[in-house]
Amino acid sequence: MFNISTQALFSQLLVGLINGSFYALLSLGLAVIFGMLNIINFAHGALYMMGAFCAYFLLSIAGLGYWWALVLSPLIMGAFGMFLERTMLHRLAGLDHLYGLLLTFGLALIFQGLFQNYFGSSGLPYAIPQELTGAQNLGFMFLPNYRAWVVVFSLAVCLATWFAIEKTKLGAYLRAATENPSLVRAFGVNVPRMITLTYGFGVGLAALAGVLAAPINQVRPLMGGDLIIVVFAVVVIGGMGSIMGSIVTGFALGLVEGLTKVFYPEASNTVVFVIMALVLLVKPAGLFGRTA
Amino acid sequence: MTGAAITTIPAPGAGLNTEMKVFAVMAAVLALIGPTGIVYPYFIMQALCFALFACAFNLLIGFVGLLSFGHAMFLGTAGYASAHAAKVWGVAPEVSILFGAAASALLGVLTGLLAIRRQGIYFSMITLALAQMIYFFYLQAKFTHGEDGIQGVPQGKMFGLLDLTRPMTLYFVVLAVFLLAFLLIYRIINSPFGEILKAIRENEPRAISLGYKADQYKLAAFVLSAALAGLAGALKALVAQNASLTDAHWKMSGEVVLMVLVGGLGTIYGPVLGAFVIIAMQQYLAGIGQWVLVAQGVIFVACVLAFRRGIVGEIAHRLRVAL
Amino acid sequence: MKLMVSALALTAALVSGAPALAQDKIVKLGILDDMSGLYADVGGAGSVIAAQMAIEDSGLVAKGWKIDIVSADHQNKPDVGVNVARQWIDQEKVDGLFGVLSSGVALAVTGVAKEKNVVYMNSGAAASDLTGSACTPNIVHWTYDTYLLANGTGKAVVKAGGDSWYFLTADYAFGQALERDTSAVVTANGGKVIGAVRHPLNSSDFSSFLLQAQASKAKIIGLANAGGDTTNAIKQANEFGITAGGQKLAALLLFLTDVHSLGLKMTAGLQFTETFYWDMNEGTRAFSAKFSERMRNKQKPTMVQAGVYASVNHYLKALDAMGGNVHDGVKIVDKMKAMPTEDALFGKGTIRADGRKIHPGYLFEVKKPEESKYPWDYYKLIATIPAEEAFTPIEKSACPLLKK
Repeated sequence: MFNISTQALFSQLLVGLINGSFYALLSLGLAVIFGMLNIINFAHGALYMMGAFCAYFLLSIAGLGYWWALVLSPLIMGAFGMFLERTMLHRLAGLDHLYGLLLTFGLALIFQGLFQNYFGSSGLPYAIPQELTGAQNLGFMFLPNYRAWVVVFSLAVCLATWFAIEKTKLGAYLRAATENPSLVRAFGVNVPRMITLTYGFGVGLAALAGVLAAPINQVRPLMGGDLIIVVFAVVVIGGMGSIMGSIVTGFALGLVEGLTKVFYPEASNTVVFVIMALVLLVKPAGLFGRTA
Repeated sequence: MTGAAITTIPAPGAGLNTEMKVFAVMAAVLALIGPTGIVYPYFIMQALCFALFACAFNLLIGFVGLLSFGHAMFLGTAGYASAHAAKVWGVAPEVSILFGAAASALLGVLTGLLAIRRQGIYFSMITLALAQMIYFFYLQAKFTHGEDGIQGVPQGKMFGLLDLTRPMTLYFVVLAVFLLAFLLIYRIINSPFGEILKAIRENEPRAISLGYKADQYKLAAFVLSAALAGLAGALKALVAQNASLTDAHWKMSGEVVLMVLVGGLGTIYGPVLGAFVIIAMQQYLAGIGQWVLVAQGVIFVACVLAFRRGIVGEIAHRLRVAL
Repeated sequence: MKLMVSALALTAALVSGAPALAQDKIVKLGILDDMSGLYADVGGAGSVIAAQMAIEDSGLVAKGWKIDIVSADHQNKPDVGVNVARQWIDQEKVDGLFGVLSSGVALAVTGVAKEKNVVYMNSGAAASDLTGSACTPNIVHWTYDTYLLANGTGKAVVKAGGDSWYFLTADYAFGQALERDTSAVVTANGGKVIGAVRHPLNSSDFSSFLLQAQASKAKIIGLANAGGDTTNAIKQANEFGITAGGQKLAALLLFLTDVHSLGLKMTAGLQFTETFYWDMNEGTRAFSAKFSERMRNKQKPTMVQAGVYASVNHYLKALDAMGGNVHDGVKIVDKMKAMPTEDALFGKGTIRADGRKIHPGYLFEVKKPEESKYPWDYYKLIATIPAEEAFTPIEKSACPLLKK
């Protein structure tokens, strides 16, 4: 069982790292939204899927390729997210947080159902951009260029987000508004607008992940539904408190999954959930979490 | 969870008579409508299984304030356990049903111990994640036959007397199990145990300071709910003659939330009505692609934004009775 | 309460009552298929069109028959398929079930068809068990099965030197049956099977499964999956340089639509087994031209769609010969077994006592891009597997019906 080739090990770690990138981007978005709105955004998976479809439409209707999609899709979906926040989510202020979960679950069903009606449940192909086709033969492993790009780019986006929230003035307002909205409002900051923008930003992150995933996973109506539950487990493991926590946990769990695929493939689907159960036993608030 | 959010339960006892009258009407209508064949009996049996499932779920959200987003794992587990027992071991239907419910209760103990360590939104996410883990397990396990499911489950003879392959016999057995379980849930809610659960829901620290071990009560309620959901799952496997991944999938967990939300969270008859409404809707929309999903989503959104009491909750509120 | 009653009353509208007369000329066919999933291009809407064409070509409507079609999406979920079938038969008085892609659903539906005694003609599912251990007096399995695929493709690949195998298998009845039947052929021909990895039905990312296959160092990676799963696996094997590294893919089940969506560049040289190709002779070309005209995407028919046409065709011939619809599945199936089959698509053939439809199989190879002269010109014929060798020999059949 342990005569594992280095090629298999590193290749599986790479695949794990790619999945980890998606976990990180999505759980980061969830954490940002939760911090500001106190809502667990169940629609996150569906919005990720719509981000990928957005890229597909940009190509098939407007003829705009991958690089355009990488910019436009998060913007379009972010605007759509802000629309959702203004028209629906913000009406839930003051109600139990569970209603936010239920509402976004309903939205997720609507989005997924609509796309399934028109596109079935199998995937639409989305080509890897010309510049990133091909692969590097590193000797110990075969590294497709596009997959390397996904890891590097999402890591950069995660770190930039962390920097913006933890180290800039805007981020300081954001964090303050999370702790004490009325006080921040008294300082003349438009808190409702900030909430809307935050939700839009979180959705934008999901859409970005969707565009990144499109060439790997194809564009599929079901692509977000199952993924989001794993991301929930990631969030429980990391704890909701910290931005860095969700990034680190996301990437780390991707790697753990990759390792599991090498040594005990049967458990690779469940390993994240098992870790979640263990963390709950030892540290119920999550690895990076504050006690709620 | 704060008491202000999900409450529609008027003081117990006050509406006892109304509740019992409604129960009599419900039992009579269901008993009469089956044999007439006006409605496809298979449809009613399925709806009854889901109604029981929804009642079990409601026990947790309505009376303990815990929103489980993973209840499909109990429905699915019992389905597989009872189908396996009936088909592979060849046991009698009453044994396979009880075995299914027991399997779910056991799973309830294990998952409950983990899940009740957190509250509110975290509880929901944890139950969802645990249910997904169970789903993946069933997807790969040998005895569930993965995607293929367990097919052609024999219905057999209950107590060696009642031939369940005869549609009307099956119908009345399902109805009887449903009504008994319903009464049991009603008893639990109105027992001292139920009162303590409600006290914990309203103000957990206070209940603890009064000397109640809140966690133990919550766990007991969780296991009870799991066992009853399991009863529904085992019954459903017997009716449909199969056990499949559909029952363990997260969409099923969402569906039961929807049933209870539509009918009325924390009402006694809400889950039953909600189950019939949602199952009927599925029947009518089944032929046209995934519009079922869209319709369910729209109902979710509408209920949350504008109709939080649900149908029965709204009626009860208007008439000022407990239902 | 009132609402509940009205919900029930609504349902009542679905129910129909009176039993049909013994010798009427009313027929209702149910096409149960994957309409939206990864196999939808292989069967799906095309199967419904094929059935309609068979009804039109039969000329029975002009003779006073009333023939209706209902269709539904089984979503590749056995429980959904069983529910639809049961409700069709109970409430809509459906006489025959056709199509049923996906072996998982197909096997589950056999039980309902037998219990309710309707005709069940499968075109699309692969598992040889349908006329083996799971056979019933109600089933006819038309187009192909895993035994044929294994003996066609598997044998050819081993003979060409591909003697060590690793399987990438769709984890349900179909993939397991195909892996089992192919493994038997590989070992019988002197090859060996190193291992297998099972992937969930309808997967999108095969990278980690392919890496496991790569690490096995087997010469041949046998794809025991179909439709969208196969096309995705082939694409990603290219991306991860698996084919460039010297390992070969063997697509054990490949359909015309898969080759079309992957393109010849990626599939050229792949060998696989089918029982129908649109460009075989005048008859297949004429049918295919009419068929593709009616398809929204103008595709040529796959063997599954052709099989639906031919099976409906034979079913209606049997009903016509019986002079009316007796609404008795076993009797009609017996009649169909007694009559030799003949149609433009599969030629002459028979239906065996175990329900297996017998006709030749063909080993095809995908053409190189420069060999393709016109649209949908994709296959060249390598070998013909004679009808008597194409399917499980009757003396080896595990069908309980034969043991009487």
